[in-house]
Amino acid sequence: QFKEFEVFLYDTDTVFCLPELDPQEYFSSLQAGRASLAYFSHNGMYLTSPFLEQIENSVEALQDYGISVVKVNCPKEDVSRYCGKENALRKAYLFRGNILIREFPTDALFDVNSIVANVLALLFNEVKYVETLADLQKIENSLKGRSNMVFAYVPATGTAGNNTQLFLFALFPELSLLSNGEPDVSSAQLFFCHCQQAMDLAQPCRRTPMEQALTMLNIHRHLKLMGAPLVTEVAEDPEKVSTVHLQLGLPLVFILSQKETYEADRRTAEFVAWQLLGKAGVALLSRYLISGVQGTLLGVPIKYLVLEDTDEVITLVKDKSKFEQIQEDEDEEDEDEKENDNQDDQVVEAVSRDRKRELPLEQILTLTEETFHSAMLEAARLVVLFYASWEAVSLAVLRSYVEVAGHLKGTQGVLLSQVNCWDWPGVCTKENITQFPTIKIYEKGGRSLTYNGMLGTEELASFIILSQVSCPLKLATIDEAEGYLRGELPSELSSYHHSSVLGVFSKATSSLFFRSHKYAVSPPALLLARSRDQSVEGIPLSKQNVQDIVQLIRYELLDIFPEITVQNLPHYLQLRKPLLIMFSDGDIGQMESKEMLKLAKGRPQQAFVTCWLNLKNTPVGHGVLKAYFATVPSLPVLVWVNLHTGGQVFKFPPDQSVTEMNILSWLEKLKAGLEIPISTLSEEDWKPPLPAYNFLQMMETTVPEFTLHTSYSRRDTQEQQQPESSEEKATVREEQLEESRVEAEKGQTPGRDLRGTAPRLAGREKRHSEL
Amino acid sequence: MARAVWGTLLRLTLCTGAVCTTAFLYHDYCVIGAGPSGLQIAYFLQQAGRDYVVFERSHAPGSFFTLYPRHRKLISINKQYTGKSNSEFNLRHDWNSLLSHDHRLLFRHYSHDFFPDADTMVRYLEDFASLLKLQVQYNTAIVHVTLDRDQQAWNGHYFILMDQNRQNYKCSSLLVATGTWVPNVVNFPGSEYVEGYETVSINPEDFAGQTVLILGRGNSAFETAENILGVTNFIHMVSRSRVRLSWATHYVGDLRAINNGLLDTYQLKSLDGLLEGDLEDLAIVKDKKGKLHITLRFYLENRNTSAGIDSITLPQDELDNFATRAPYDRVIRCLGWKFDFSIYNRSLRLMPGKGNKKKYPQIKPSYESRGTRGLFVLGTASHSVDFRKSAGGFIHGFRYTTRAVHHLLENRHHSVPWPSTVYPITQLTNSIIKRVNEASGLYQMFSVLADIILLRENATAFEYLEEYPVGVLAELEAQTGRKAPSGLFVIIMEYGRNFSGADKDVFYYNRAVGEAQHAWQSNFLHPVIYYYKCLPTEQEMRLRPPNWSLPRPDAIHHIVEDFLTDWTAPNAHILPLRRFLENCLGTDLRNFFAESCFLFAFTRQKLPPFCQQGYVRMQGLVGSKRLQRHAVDAGLLEDYTGADLTGDRLLGSPEGSQDQLLRDHAMPVPPLQHLVNAKDEL
Repeated sequence: QFKEFEVFLYDTDTVFCLPELDPQEYFSSLQAGRASLAYFSHNGMYLTSPFLEQIENSVEALQDYGISVVKVNCPKEDVSRYCGKENALRKAYLFRGNILIREFPTDALFDVNSIVANVLALLFNEVKYVETLADLQKIENSLKGRSNMVFAYVPATGTAGNNTQLFLFALFPELSLLSNGEPDVSSAQLFFCHCQQAMDLAQPCRRTPMEQALTMLNIHRHLKLMGAPLVTEVAEDPEKVSTVHLQLGLPLVFILSQKETYEADRRTAEFVAWQLLGKAGVALLSRYLISGVQGTLLGVPIKYLVLEDTDEVITLVKDKSKFEQIQEDEDEEDEDEKENDNQDDQVVEAVSRDRKRELPLEQILTLTEETFHSAMLEAARLVVLFYASWEAVSLAVLRSYVEVAGHLKGTQGVLLSQVNCWDWPGVCTKENITQFPTIKIYEKGGRSLTYNGMLGTEELASFIILSQVSCPLKLATIDEAEGYLRGELPSELSSYHHSSVLGVFSKATSSLFFRSHKYAVSPPALLLARSRDQSVEGIPLSKQNVQDIVQLIRYELLDIFPEITVQNLPHYLQLRKPLLIMFSDGDIGQMESKEMLKLAKGRPQQAFVTCWLNLKNTPVGHGVLKAYFATVPSLPVLVWVNLHTGGQVFKFPPDQSVTEMNILSWLEKLKAGLEIPISTLSEEDWKPPLPAYNFLQMMETTVPEFTLHTSYSRRDTQEQQQPESSEEKATVREEQLEESRVEAEKGQTPGRDLRGTAPRLAGREKRHSEL
Repeated sequence: MARAVWGTLLRLTLCTGAVCTTAFLYHDYCVIGAGPSGLQIAYFLQQAGRDYVVFERSHAPGSFFTLYPRHRKLISINKQYTGKSNSEFNLRHDWNSLLSHDHRLLFRHYSHDFFPDADTMVRYLEDFASLLKLQVQYNTAIVHVTLDRDQQAWNGHYFILMDQNRQNYKCSSLLVATGTWVPNVVNFPGSEYVEGYETVSINPEDFAGQTVLILGRGNSAFETAENILGVTNFIHMVSRSRVRLSWATHYVGDLRAINNGLLDTYQLKSLDGLLEGDLEDLAIVKDKKGKLHITLRFYLENRNTSAGIDSITLPQDELDNFATRAPYDRVIRCLGWKFDFSIYNRSLRLMPGKGNKKKYPQIKPSYESRGTRGLFVLGTASHSVDFRKSAGGFIHGFRYTTRAVHHLLENRHHSVPWPSTVYPITQLTNSIIKRVNEASGLYQMFSVLADIILLRENATAFEYLEEYPVGVLAELEAQTGRKAPSGLFVIIMEYGRNFSGADKDVFYYNRAVGEAQHAWQSNFLHPVIYYYKCLPTEQEMRLRPPNWSLPRPDAIHHIVEDFLTDWTAPNAHILPLRRFLENCLGTDLRNFFAESCFLFAFTRQKLPPFCQQGYVRMQGLVGSKRLQRHAVDAGLLEDYTGADLTGDRLLGSPEGSQDQLLRDHAMPVPPLQHLVNAKDEL
């Protein structure tokens, strides 16, 4: 029943030219059900060329509708029906199969539009119109158990543009095709009514709407899918399976079945298949017939799901197709070169939405080329934000900087200031500012410090506060050292949570030396006091290299079982280890916390980071979960994420309790490859989000010398040697360019008015080749 | 140190032929002429600590300006206010200052006039030379330059310069900054009656009640006319070519509006007029009363020279409405100047240019002489590179080309590569936006000097080179000492292709483009960015289309022209530029808040460059709550704070509800009369 459609999937690269046949060839080529437009001419006799031209131009347009256009060359002596009469040569004939439908006088076919309109208008009659719901019901009933039906709502504006869509249906005469109009519906929609299988007259036929745009190709696709079997039974290696869905690039859901549950699985599969009709195929894979399912299918990675709920499958597939649809829509819009005007940079857009708000800059000194150096003498510490007033990240940081100024209001010895490098490039060049924004702290003595932490209010504020203390701080007595480790010294910092590092070197006094024994290390060593847990830890210093010591302190400052936040994740990412992370809505349970801590502490050097995430503190964790699971699972959930190698995500079985032992044995299974990942992180590169304007291509139409440079430039060097003539030629060429540019400009405006008609036709062509 | 020794060794006695000179004074660099460009290169040489000397025949710098322009008004603008404090940007509208680190040496400190007096320029140049302690040897006129072949020399030869006292100087590199100072003259019968611009009276009273013919159609001709317009009977101006108006050609050397009073009086029929004709065909005869009559050389050739004026045929004898039939009291020649070729020995092969560039010596786009390696031409004399196109013949242009030449020399002779800055790729858009908005060299020397961005491997970083002469792009690696392994961007400023020209209507409606997607049709000066996957070859440069400064790129971007020349608009300027750069590099150059980077870090194996170079290095952009709110409102950031754990956000979306409607069987369906009608119409 559906085979017929394949005829239309022609190759777009074909050059559309008017085929010329002799009458015999022509009549023998006619296929039942296919329409063709022919005109007859005697060899050597030429019809008025305008007609010939127009009919040639219509070849492509009509072929879109599956109608062939043929020029038939009559032999001279031929006096048959179409060739014989002289009159006949002034006419074109429309055949369906070998039945003549209509003859047209050539003067009625004066241009492409009239040719197409005339031809299609005739075929159009084959579409039945339905005006009321009752009529639809009647037809439906009459078809039940016999045939399926394609049915379309069409917005009834009655313009030519919309009618072309109606014409599309004319191509499917084998189906009972119906049209209906509904003025409130903004766009046409097509339904497939599954009446063939409907046995119950009281029940309406099942309907599947087509969700793509109404183009011929999409309709073909849709009908092809409708014609495919609902559920494909597979008893072979899934890699060898090829269904219509896969051929069309749609997902194929394999439902694994056991012998025992076959009947129930079959019902489930059918249920899922109905839900996914037109979006994905469903195959029932009899597991007992084949061994393990691994790897990829037709080079496409397979996503495994443990089926808990059919809805999960459906949502997954639907979301995916929705996503793809969005992408497709975007592509379409790009062709109009309009949508890439939309700002897709969140920082730029946020700043530009905030641009009208006046920032409270009273606390911040605005410096200039003249005042920059004198300001340095005004305070013990001068904090300078170097920024560019047109740059979005700068302006975003400026907003945080204003908040910092609020926090630090009244702090002695610190002066916050800003330099706009767009106004004062000299200062910025001199201070070696190569990036916007840059924050530097200048000490009165002339030393300067560049801030390279998180560009956030709290982080910056605490950096400024900590920078007030001279570094390294020299401690004279043991009491001072103790105070320092307790966080009481220096007094400026006593109210701030911070970690302290005390270096104990061999030069230190003997008592301090002794103290370092208290911490079970011998000098040189570091004593590290973390703000959170009050504990002091001694770390021996084996390396003397500055970089190594910095690295060591950084590493030691990391928590054993940290709560991951947006701010601290990068510190743990640096370890380049997999994360064993528990997502929790609110604080983590005591039991879990204890077990996890045990796990983390037990193996200090282990190859993964044990951590947790509080969705209340870090709501973006919801986004992470959504990416890992189709739907958010019940919380807390323990997940193993291999961020750096392979990107596999595993979920700790929810039916097991979170204990050190369980986790460890689960991890063993992971290592052994016995667990199936719930998802794999995309390996995709970050490609340009949208295309750029292709000015090179645009220029080629009006500035041809840019493309044909070789030949042109040669000619021009000759011209330059003859100045008089070259000037003339140059002006002539410029005039031509001027004209072509005017034409190009003219061409643009109607092009834009015709959005959705002409460009759409072009767009459709493009899609053919994708199949 | 080795060089110093070498220098003293060269103080030897050398005899060539009959002339025996005592000693050479050696310098690495010899500059001829202490005008603006000579002082400019001296400044750069001095800053770099090079061994150089400037020879000046006069007792003070800028001697050209002590005489010219005769009417003392410079036509280079000296804009006091721009509303901006950016010193680089302000140089775009300061056409008189030379480049230096000294803020005192800005021309606005010397004059408040928009068109300053030439004496101010002389004073400025004196200050420039003395404040910066430049090595200028005054009262030294170089009268002859020859070559001394030597394999050891930088360029295979030394330049031997001789001054008016037969003192010889030996130089490794010769920098010619002599300008164009030899007045152009034409010889025709009666040209002895013609007064030259260089000597003509500038006192309008001397012209009272006189009828004047001016030969030439440049700024000096119009300046001369402007001065006497009010007191003459009338002025006629004759020249071969049509008048070229600066505001139509966008070339500052064409007739500037400040001097064009005569165009007014001509077009309003106030007796003055313009004529086109070849001066070579002209002849002038003086009658007994001392009046000068215009005739044609052709008539004079056919007559007996001994006979008096009466026997000479005048055009009006045959054509009684001949345009210049009225006799003139004075004829003034204002035909401009040319380069002094006379001092260079033939072996230097310093040849005049072709066609309308014959007043300039032939040089390469690197400003090096075509005939002699190591001889660079600077300043006005180097204008053949961009004659009638850009500003290379004027202070505000050649101060930058001179700097470029200095960079080339530093690389060639001292292995100091072209200055550059390396940035992370996230700063790509920013670095371009910064430069196109403030850079003065790009702006003045449009289509001649270009900023070059050399991409590092994997496009994670790039190197930025400023104001490189685009004509030698193919030689970039050799000329700059920098490598271009992974493609490059060339940033240049351009006027629209067919916008400028003597006969163009530059005020037509819709002359300016406003929409970014039509930016390539921009007419006024705007930034253009060329992308090449590989450095263009010399052949590609040679075969580039005429009037194109660069060969066909792999991609091109125009930043749409801007009325304020302020290219910082986020959507019209920066966004399309970013898209262009992204598509050239095949990456995503958007900025992201830390929260987005966090999400990407957890859900993708790769991160966009902004997160990679910021967030991951613990320099994420946290962003204020308010900004995050804005981003959420814009749909560019998801708000998870109130996240619904059911995850079903599809309900209530417009498409969803429409589907619902369509499936509803009880939906009322109105009749489709109009559709049926439409069908009938077909």
